[in-house]
Amino acid sequence: MLTENTSLAKVDAPAPAAPYGEAKSQRVSKAGKRVVTGELTSKRMEWVVQIYAVRDEKDRSAFAELFAYFAPRVKSFLMKSGASPDLAEECTQEVMATLWNKAHMFDPTKASVSTWIFTIARNRKIDLLRKQRRPEPEDLPWGPEAEPDQTEAIGLQQETEQLGKALATLPPEQRTLIERAYFGDLSHSEIAAETGLPLGTIKSRIRLALDRLRHAMK
Amino acid sequence: MNDMKQIKHHLTEPLLMGYAAGTLPEAFNLVVATHITMCDTCRAALAEYEAVGGEVMLKSDPVDVAEDALAATMALIDSGAVAEKPAPVRVQSSIFPGPLQDYVSGDIDSLKWRKVGGGVSQLVLQTSSEASVRLLRIPAGTAVPDHGHHGTELTLVLQGAFTDAEDRFGAGDVEVANEDLHHTPVAEEGVDCICLAATDAPLRFNGLVPRLAQRFIGI
Repeated sequence: MLTENTSLAKVDAPAPAAPYGEAKSQRVSKAGKRVVTGELTSKRMEWVVQIYAVRDEKDRSAFAELFAYFAPRVKSFLMKSGASPDLAEECTQEVMATLWNKAHMFDPTKASVSTWIFTIARNRKIDLLRKQRRPEPEDLPWGPEAEPDQTEAIGLQQETEQLGKALATLPPEQRTLIERAYFGDLSHSEIAAETGLPLGTIKSRIRLALDRLRHAMK
Repeated sequence: MNDMKQIKHHLTEPLLMGYAAGTLPEAFNLVVATHITMCDTCRAALAEYEAVGGEVMLKSDPVDVAEDALAATMALIDSGAVAEKPAPVRVQSSIFPGPLQDYVSGDIDSLKWRKVGGGVSQLVLQTSSEASVRLLRIPAGTAVPDHGHHGTELTLVLQGAFTDAEDRFGAGDVEVANEDLHHTPVAEEGVDCICLAATDAPLRFNGLVPRLAQRFIGI
């Protein structure tokens, strides 16, 4: 199963000029310039601003707002990943405390707040639930520190929002399959036996959303 | 380290997704993290899978936290109990990329290699027991005994290159083999081939002597 090479990640040589036709590259090239933020994207930018407030001002009310929104979702993710309610509660508090401590590491041109908090929760899950060491890729060497570009940040938040919407519009059985894969509730052989690879074969709109997200991350 | 132009064999979707989700065995995580350290293509792909994870989390039905959860978290922050640990010291010149250095102390020639026959040596690394991972040192021009697999085997080349029925695998390339693949990797002439190999099941060697050796060396 793991040998399937239909991977999204597998990129040989330069990508073919336009797998989704010209429209795609045009939309992508415009993505960075769009500043019109929908209601939900502005919510995502609000989260970014709240993290900056935590980072720069140790702002407890901004933190409380992030906490109110994310803590119940982190707890949900951990319980669906197999944690008991008590352990999930403890773990959630640690995840949110880590957010406070690592606020200076957050870069909105590289990740949406939801993505970043997810990776913290994922890491805590491995430490606490699975009791394993957690090998992590070496960070890329940093260039001179610059304040992340606002337009780029908005572009990435928008594309992540679009990805979320694309996931939400999947037929329920496909969405469930992806959720189960992320909750660790799906063995590799199950992934193979079910509708095929979770993302690779699912609807080109997920692929499109991911392509655009990748452009926004550059 | 990021010589992605030369990397032709990348991680598969289930591996990237599994790493992003935090559901792989530690041994596989080590191979994935080491490859990503060497490969910008897979690093970018991982970021996508993590974004999917973030959206899945965002859309999962919220579960009430304890009434005093925020206060308890602030107390936790104030206590300094979850303060960041300093990053581990890593050596830039090593052929072992950062994540691997946390599992191996020393460099190629100072490691306690054990011979496994045919001139091939190995060093088993300590991980959780669901899967195992080892460094393999295959002398230039040498073949690894023909073997099949019960489960999944990931082989990441750190130095040198090997060729098998599938293709040529050079530094940074990762071969993902399952039970259908019987292969006899042969190290290229030149430098010894050093690989990081993880498996979630014992390898299956063909022939009596390798099978005895398998029992002895524990792979």
